[in-house]
Amino acid sequence: MSEPVEFVISPPKRFLSINWGELWRYRDLFLVLAWRDISVRYKQTVLGVLWALFQPFISMVIFTFIFNRVAKIDSGDGTPYPIFLYVGQLFWLYYSGTLTNASQSMVSNAAIIQKVYFPRLIVPATAATTGLVDMAIASLILGGMMVYYGIRPHLLGIALLPVLLACAVLSSMGLGLFFASLNIKYRDIRYALPFVINILMYVTPVIYPVSMLDRHPAAKTAMLWLNPISGVITTARAAILGHGAVEWHVLAVSLLMSIVFFTFGLYYFRSTERYFADIV
Amino acid sequence: MSKPIIEIEGVGKRYRIGANKEPYLSIRDEMAKWVSPIARREREAKSEFWALKDVSFSVQPGEAIGIIGRNGAGKSTLLKILSQITPPTEGKITMRGRVASLLEVGTGFHPELTGRENIYLNGAILGMTRGEIKRKFDEIVDFAEIEKFLDTPVKRYSSGMYVRLAFAVAAHLEPEILVIDEVLAVGDAQFQKKCLGKMGEVAKGGRTVLFVSHNMQAVKQLCPRTVVLAAGRVLLDTLSDKAVSRYMELEVRPSSSGVWEADAPKQVDDILELLALKVLDARGESRTEFGSSEYITIQIECLIRHLHPSLTIGFDLVRADGVTVLRSYQNDEAEPQWPAMHEGVNHLRCLLPRNMLNAGEYGVVPRISLHCSRWISSSEEPVVQFSISLSHGESPFWSILGSVKRPGVIAPILGWNTSTVTRSEPLVETSEQL
Repeated sequence: MSEPVEFVISPPKRFLSINWGELWRYRDLFLVLAWRDISVRYKQTVLGVLWALFQPFISMVIFTFIFNRVAKIDSGDGTPYPIFLYVGQLFWLYYSGTLTNASQSMVSNAAIIQKVYFPRLIVPATAATTGLVDMAIASLILGGMMVYYGIRPHLLGIALLPVLLACAVLSSMGLGLFFASLNIKYRDIRYALPFVINILMYVTPVIYPVSMLDRHPAAKTAMLWLNPISGVITTARAAILGHGAVEWHVLAVSLLMSIVFFTFGLYYFRSTERYFADIV
Repeated sequence: MSKPIIEIEGVGKRYRIGANKEPYLSIRDEMAKWVSPIARREREAKSEFWALKDVSFSVQPGEAIGIIGRNGAGKSTLLKILSQITPPTEGKITMRGRVASLLEVGTGFHPELTGRENIYLNGAILGMTRGEIKRKFDEIVDFAEIEKFLDTPVKRYSSGMYVRLAFAVAAHLEPEILVIDEVLAVGDAQFQKKCLGKMGEVAKGGRTVLFVSHNMQAVKQLCPRTVVLAAGRVLLDTLSDKAVSRYMELEVRPSSSGVWEADAPKQVDDILELLALKVLDARGESRTEFGSSEYITIQIECLIRHLHPSLTIGFDLVRADGVTVLRSYQNDEAEPQWPAMHEGVNHLRCLLPRNMLNAGEYGVVPRISLHCSRWISSSEEPVVQFSISLSHGESPFWSILGSVKRPGVIAPILGWNTSTVTRSEPLVETSEQL
């Protein structure tokens, strides 16, 4: 056996730093929980993992019909609407899915939390990871559409992808951590969250280009600063599809705000974490 | 002597009762509290209580320690603090080794996953690395005896298989400190034995074990030393034999009159409410001292609100050291013999056979349940106690013992004879010959 470790259990202090060493030691648990969530998702379904393709595909078709054909919203610069929509939807589904799952994660894993110690951060982090797998599967459709419309992927888009994903992970985790802690104490979150996500979708440029807001500069600025995912989607469209030029200040603000959201969520989570088992 | 592996110094834990009662709050409640801060302050002061207070003891490496105490004595809270699930409000615990805590078996088991997958999942949750699980995989499967069902989702397992698998994973943890809570209360008797054996190995293998249980026998068997908790404090910290018997005397304070009456129920059960339990003599009067030749009646008084068909009412007769002598239910006999019950107050009586029990102290634990569904009353501790002195047996050899105990759980007088059968004849006639 390895050198005995010595540690002290004592009343919590007000500020808790993150114990990275401990998180690293628990990496196996993180992987196993992520794997559990992925493998459980499609158990006892006929279509299995095809669901991860069907859902975004069908909603892309229906949204295109309603918003493009009926309501006459288009991408603004000739980019085919379906692919324009799909890129936005890809990030949006990741963002809203992670937000929902992370917020519920602490409550749905209450059984483990009450019986075993591990860094609690693992649980919401798992939710953010499984979303990435869904996103990867759903982006197969994007690949197909790019071939269909003859759009070459821009090198810049591939280079920026890690940054865009980092923004999406950090911002959704930030809010998710905050809601997860709140949800433990106030189950109101369960009812409020679907509503919040519904509204959020309309203030995120998923079905419309952000250029539609050009006549409302205040709204556009507020969206950029308060809703980091909107900048991510705009940048993704520019970088991957060549829909407009990449606006670096938009990306910078999104990254900054994602980090701010994440830090805030993390701090709130850490400061309430130790009492989770008592009140969950 | 080396440094203690666990040092617990002045640990206390405060809870707000309100927070316990309401499983979760809504924002509206919280706002109501803001509106009237005075009411809030009053309520909070009143509803605080210390689940643990000034608990200190230390454990040497390789020691196995039992922790006992009645419900609400703070055992679970102490365990939760030791397993870092909840922080203490005050005090300090120093641990010098890897800790694994087992507050239940099968933590995190996912019904949809197969046995194989659950071994990895559960192992990781309990703190094993993938490599460790892989190395022990075959051993775990062997121990659980589930080879054939390894790739079946555990939701299709029988409860016995489920528990076996769960315990098997837990039993193969290799921490320096193992904290265990009553995981032995499950599974069939044979498997329980196997688990006890495995835990004995663990304790003898030089690992430190903290074992919390209601099972006094298991505590005595596994742990040389026992800490008794009462009302959140350490009442006793001594050799297990001594601790267990003192605990039975002090803590399990059953009524001295042979009558126990229930307090007002904490929550109203819509099926049945246990009102009283009495130990009666042949004349129907309650007593606490009996001779073994006397008739003893156990009377259970209950208010039946709904005469549920699977309502099962009975009791355990337990010896002072925790050994269960017998369990009896009102529906043990064939159906025509069942006592008639009606909605309203019922007095159910069970006559214990005389000339059977050995001398000693006995307690009665009420056991009321909806059969195979849920417990209505399942306190683990006797509510009434009585003592028996040997008075049966006319043989001078028997009575020479006086009130001294015979070896054995029970002390019946059995018939003996000599037979004049020759060797060629069978001792007992078999049915074919009839």
